Amino acid sequence: MKDEPNLVEMRDITKGFPGVLANDRVSFAARAGEIHALLGENGAGKSTLMSILTGLYRPDEGEIIVAGRRIELHSPRDAIRNGIGMVYQHFRLIPPFSVAENVILGLDAPRFLLNMPEIEKKVAALSESYGLRVDPKVKVWQLSVGEQQRVEIVKMLYRGARILILDEPTAVLTPQETRELFLTLRRMAGNGHAVIFITHKLHEVMEVADRITVLRGGRSVGTVEKKDTNPASLARMMVGREIPPAPSRSEGPRGEKILELQAVQAMSDKGLPALRGVSLTIRAGELLGIAGVSGNGQKELAEVVTGLRPVQAGRLYIKGKDLTNRSPKEIIEAGVSHVPEDRLGTGLIPNLGVLENVILKEYRRPPISRGPLLDRRAARERSEDLVRDFQVKVAYLDLPVKLLSGGNLQRLLLAREISAAPSLIVAVYPVRGLDIGATETVHNLLLQQKARGAAILLISEDLEEILHLSDRVAVMYEGEIQGVLPSSEARLEEIGLLMAGMKKEATTA
Amino acid sequence: MDQMLLISILAAAVTSGTPILYAALGEILAERSGVLNLGLEGMMLVGAVSGFMAAVKTSNPWLGLMVAALAGGVLALIHAFLTINLRANQVVSGLALTIFGTGLSGFLGKPLIGIPAPQTFKPVTIPLLGKIPLLGPILFQQDYLVYLSYLLVPILWFYLYRTRPGLHLRAVGENPAAADAMGVGVFSLRYLYVAVGGMLAGIGGAYLSLAYAPTWLENMTAGRGWIAIALVIFSMWDPVRALLGSYLFGGVDALGFRIQAVGAMIPSFFLNMLPYIFTILVLILATREGSRRGAAGPGALGLPYDREER
Ligand SMILES: Nc1ncnc2c1ncn2[C@@H]1O[C@H](COP(=O)(O)OP(=O)(O)OP(=O)(O)O)[C@@H](O)[C@H]1O
Ligand SMILES: [Mg+2]
Repeated sequence: MKDEPNLVEMRDITKGFPGVLANDRVSFAARAGEIHALLGENGAGKSTLMSILTGLYRPDEGEIIVAGRRIELHSPRDAIRNGIGMVYQHFRLIPPFSVAENVILGLDAPRFLLNMPEIEKKVAALSESYGLRVDPKVKVWQLSVGEQQRVEIVKMLYRGARILILDEPTAVLTPQETRELFLTLRRMAGNGHAVIFITHKLHEVMEVADRITVLRGGRSVGTVEKKDTNPASLARMMVGREIPPAPSRSEGPRGEKILELQAVQAMSDKGLPALRGVSLTIRAGELLGIAGVSGNGQKELAEVVTGLRPVQAGRLYIKGKDLTNRSPKEIIEAGVSHVPEDRLGTGLIPNLGVLENVILKEYRRPPISRGPLLDRRAARERSEDLVRDFQVKVAYLDLPVKLLSGGNLQRLLLAREISAAPSLIVAVYPVRGLDIGATETVHNLLLQQKARGAAILLISEDLEEILHLSDRVAVMYEGEIQGVLPSSEARLEEIGLLMAGMKKEATTA
Repeated sequence: MDQMLLISILAAAVTSGTPILYAALGEILAERSGVLNLGLEGMMLVGAVSGFMAAVKTSNPWLGLMVAALAGGVLALIHAFLTINLRANQVVSGLALTIFGTGLSGFLGKPLIGIPAPQTFKPVTIPLLGKIPLLGPILFQQDYLVYLSYLLVPILWFYLYRTRPGLHLRAVGENPAAADAMGVGVFSLRYLYVAVGGMLAGIGGAYLSLAYAPTWLENMTAGRGWIAIALVIFSMWDPVRALLGSYLFGGVDALGFRIQAVGAMIPSFFLNMLPYIFTILVLILATREGSRRGAAGPGALGLPYDREER
């Protein structure tokens, strides 16, 4: 494999967006048969570089060479023709279509008539040969995120792509699914594909990559062999400074009961039971982690606590006050902050500027409001303070927040939610997609709030994160709490069993 | 009600529903590709007047029909350019198109008012089928354009759901970013279907001036373009349901006409209002039912697409 020639090479690629130079003379190459990891902080330009390779963005400068030939990419179609395929960070699937329909989308064959049974058979055969279990007949909206990702991969393989790019594929996967994905990637590399994959998780890089290229601030820092490096030096390459050891949990004094749920039941969006009698309490100064495979009621739990989803049965108390089925406004006023999973949908308003998003929750109160009017000056001061204190990188305060990078978006959201000095913070997958620097910032912020005396409900798929930060861990499975353990006593295997639905009684019996 | 009267009302329902059906089928294609075109009324009017003009000049209704389709298509291309290339707001551009088309047709049609069409589309009885009791006189003693629409509905349905180009059309309207990443030409397909939609609207208009009326009157569509847009929603973007909706409107229209002819004591304004009220009511009921079942329009309807947009 060492002497394999490059299957794909990008030379001196430059790409600017209004106000930023996303790629600055970046060179990158990948060989057939290797898994090549692309590392870098949020906003380093990884997705941009790869989107250029798939013909989605036009580079301002630079050239692309595939299998020794210089090519021009005018559209994704050209890239597909040259054997380049990408699984995007935000999937590009059509939910009301079936898996098979998604797979054949854009192909020239069949010419006119769609013989779905025959196509489905071909799709099934191909996906099985790579160990990617998906039912070609099912509609995509019915699939879990992990399954949708498999559809994306099958789509690329079906096109005969030789260069496969995966943009943060593991951010949305469970540990089990991640392991399966890595097996698939290995198999693809073994078949002579070049696999390029983007991630923020260094241990994954060390586990699966052959070579690693690091980007920082739009420039390439270099390419290294896995065997010649280690996580610490990779982190240094990415960030350009030493990463301090992760902050660790500290036992502070526990205070009064802040959140109490009593046998709460709620429905999912599809009208099926999502919470089946959940009871739990969190005290002031305590961080409770909810572990579990996503889709087992975590999202609904967070929405019930923040007043976004009606409770069918059971009661919700905040600081002893019954707030069952009250409006989100009343719950906010009771001191609850929410860092939702979907930052640009529920958390922030994409097309509004930083300033407007900052005052979203307090525009009704002085000093931001003056009678029926907004005090723009006060709002501006407030936004400037937050942006400075939380080190959000923005060019100007009226910038639409949809243009912020992932890490900055999350900083801004946390800044708004934390600055209200809440007594309860509900944080859902708060570091998903964030680089190590930003992850560290978010974790520190949460721990500081805990030390200040806030109660924190943390929902995450990352067991290590949960064990690291939580005082107690509750495991959810099919809408029920399988067990609550103090995290000092919890072992990974035990939590894994609970996540798979083995009740606590079973393990103690 | 005796049988003869019933048959004549139902036959009139088909005739009266046909122009709306053409316009609705065209709008279904455009909206399925993600482009809302509120210019239907304007395109129908321009189709009606230009088709009539060409038929008067050439004494050939088929040539008139072609000119009408072309005129509708050209107007639609303006909308396509504004909304697809310049990314103008689709609602604003569509409304402007209707205003423009109304004015243009009034201007072009001034000298034509009151002239009878020299040659029109006349009912032709289909052998055998036309002899079927009840159904024969209702469905198969119509003109060629009605027969053409009978063919068009199943063809479009099949095209949408059973063919590769149909899959691509739906994909572009549902999620252009996904379609684009798979190499489907979002821009060219949107252009194509907006233009074809405009051509069908033009044909719908020509049906009014060359078969239904058949003469030119200023503003002769009388809101049928808007009804067609409403029907597209009611039909949940499905050609077969659009056919049913069109005939429903046509039926109430024909019924009101008959009542008026019998000389009942109901003011004619009220009777003229009936089909519109009725359509809106049915629309409300049907969409409520639809939204309960979670059916919604094309996911990207009304949204411009830009490849490099975040
Ligand atoms: N379509 C766009 N329009 C404007 N700016 C953009 C666009 N896409 C990316 N940018 C900017 O370009 C820079 C690089 O972004 P890119 O998405 O490539 O980063 P990334 O390395 O993939 O980060 P992450 O880890 O957060 O996904 C960022 O500053 C980003 O804000
Ligand atoms: Mg990215």
